[in-house]
Amino acid sequence: MTGPALLSVEDVSVNLPTPRGNLRAVDRVDLNVGAGRTLGIVGESGCGKTMLSRAILQLLPKKAMLSGRVMFDGQDLARLAPERLRKLRGRSLAVVFQDPMTSLNPVLTIGTQLIETLQEHLELDGQAAKIRSVELLAAVGIPAPEQRLKQYPHQLSGGMRQRVAIAIALSCEPKLLIADEPTTALDVTIQAQILDLLAREQRRRHMAMIIITHDLGVVAGRTDEVAVMYAGRVVERAPTPELFKNMHMPYTEALLAAIPKIDAKPHTPLPAISGRPPDPTRPLRGCSFMPRCRYAWAQCHIEKPRLEPAESPDHQYACFRPINTAAGVPA
Amino acid sequence: MATLELGIEGDVVGSPVRRTRRLGPLFWAAIVWMVAVVAAAAFADLLPLPSPTDMDMLERRAPASALHWLGTDGLGRDELARLIHGARVSLIVGVCAPVIGITIGGALGILAGYFRGRFETLVVGSMDVLLAFPPLVFALAVTAYLGQSILNLTCVLGVLGIPAFMRVARAATLSLARREFVIAAQALGATHARILLRELLPNVILPLFAFFLLGVAVTIVVEGALSFLGLGVPPPTASWGGMIGEGRESLEIAPRLAFLPAFAMFLTVLSFNLVGDTLRALTDPRQGAL
Repeated sequence: MTGPALLSVEDVSVNLPTPRGNLRAVDRVDLNVGAGRTLGIVGESGCGKTMLSRAILQLLPKKAMLSGRVMFDGQDLARLAPERLRKLRGRSLAVVFQDPMTSLNPVLTIGTQLIETLQEHLELDGQAAKIRSVELLAAVGIPAPEQRLKQYPHQLSGGMRQRVAIAIALSCEPKLLIADEPTTALDVTIQAQILDLLAREQRRRHMAMIIITHDLGVVAGRTDEVAVMYAGRVVERAPTPELFKNMHMPYTEALLAAIPKIDAKPHTPLPAISGRPPDPTRPLRGCSFMPRCRYAWAQCHIEKPRLEPAESPDHQYACFRPINTAAGVPA
Repeated sequence: MATLELGIEGDVVGSPVRRTRRLGPLFWAAIVWMVAVVAAAAFADLLPLPSPTDMDMLERRAPASALHWLGTDGLGRDELARLIHGARVSLIVGVCAPVIGITIGGALGILAGYFRGRFETLVVGSMDVLLAFPPLVFALAVTAYLGQSILNLTCVLGVLGIPAFMRVARAATLSLARREFVIAAQALGATHARILLRELLPNVILPLFAFFLLGVAVTIVVEGALSFLGLGVPPPTASWGGMIGEGRESLEIAPRLAFLPAFAMFLTVLSFNLVGDTLRALTDPRQGAL
């Protein structure tokens, strides 16, 4: 980590009251993102990664209870007055969602949505905002941007819509962009384009970025650091090359094994992670990955492993039976 | 992981194409009828018509003639003049009452669906009370205490329409408020007012407008029914419902006195429904999405 962190998540927990009891969606997470750096948050569905991103943006459901501190640029977002928080969002923080079908307003044209955002935040007049919108659309690789401004979201393809969503998120030059599964709803060739686009715009604007995904392949080579989440907790955290060279947490290994290999023989069954994550309303006493872990032993049943540093202080993991696996992936 | 790198030029699709939609002859027929009715009602005073309230006791239930194009009614009043002046009442009440409903009900519904919580409970609860109140008794009570007038009739029908509009608006808002584009707007620092007016309202207004045209049609019929029962506009003002009611007395001798206003009402209501449906299909940009 170079320099002071732009965003630091300190001991953040999110609790959701449900009819079945208290659901601990995020469990004492600590994370840092420096200016201009990229953090990948990886984990399967329901492990709390989206809740964590909503906690950072202070966009949690009303019933959710947040504890801990979300320090952004020296201010605690969780304790910021609503009006100041509103000004900060958009200007400094932006988000790109998973499904571009639903993240754009279906009844407003692309132009209206972009231009209004620009006018609202940068206080541009109509003409200047329009020129800026065309530039932005061109920057995210949309051909014939002037005509596109007059179109509705349904008239664009999925990849195009995601580009528009990125253009809107980038419109106010945020310092931190949170991309919540930005490519999950897109097909594979478009995925790579969108990820490259995000990386290019990030470099150009020197903004920090958090990529949330369930695909380790997405974070490889595109992030500086990776945090692996399981059942609301960060279970392994390391600089990206380090993680792929030497992973310690069996869950990380299992996630990596679940990526289909391009050189596998046809009809090879996919190595899925057997079982399901534990019921978040009934936390286990021991390690939450224990029931699905093939290395589990006695201690894993009784005690929760703490996040501890490995060889270097940057690499942390929470496991009693760490493994030493190198991924056969160029990181 | 090896990924396939593709240039951005890969998804150049060329410039967007505009589609033109064709409207059926039925739609245009409905438009023509609506325009004719509205124009006749608006310019009723300028048209070379006999007065709708002047009685001619020597010419009661007279057949069509050069002087009375559609004949006269049971009191010798010109039928065509009464039809056109009746259209005025039907249209004013039929349009103004749903306007009250869509404004108050729509606003309450959007606010309730967006803010939820106690406000929503309060709104939904009071609407349930309003719905449970027998409408005919309500109309009777108002006309009994405040008297019969077009204004009172409009207000009664408008208030009675609020719960339905509130429900349509709230249902639409509920399904939209947790959609990602609303969260995205919040993430971009939009105020509540902005989200309500720019993100939600344009989405909610489409089903609401379709319901509004239906509301116009229903209100015209209800106004007719109330006038038929003698609860509508006070005589001698002509209204379609009242004319049907009066025509009922001479159904055997001159059935046209009841059927002409009934037919006018039928055509108008049908036109509103047809146009409403077509307009909704046309203006809804989501229709094109598969």
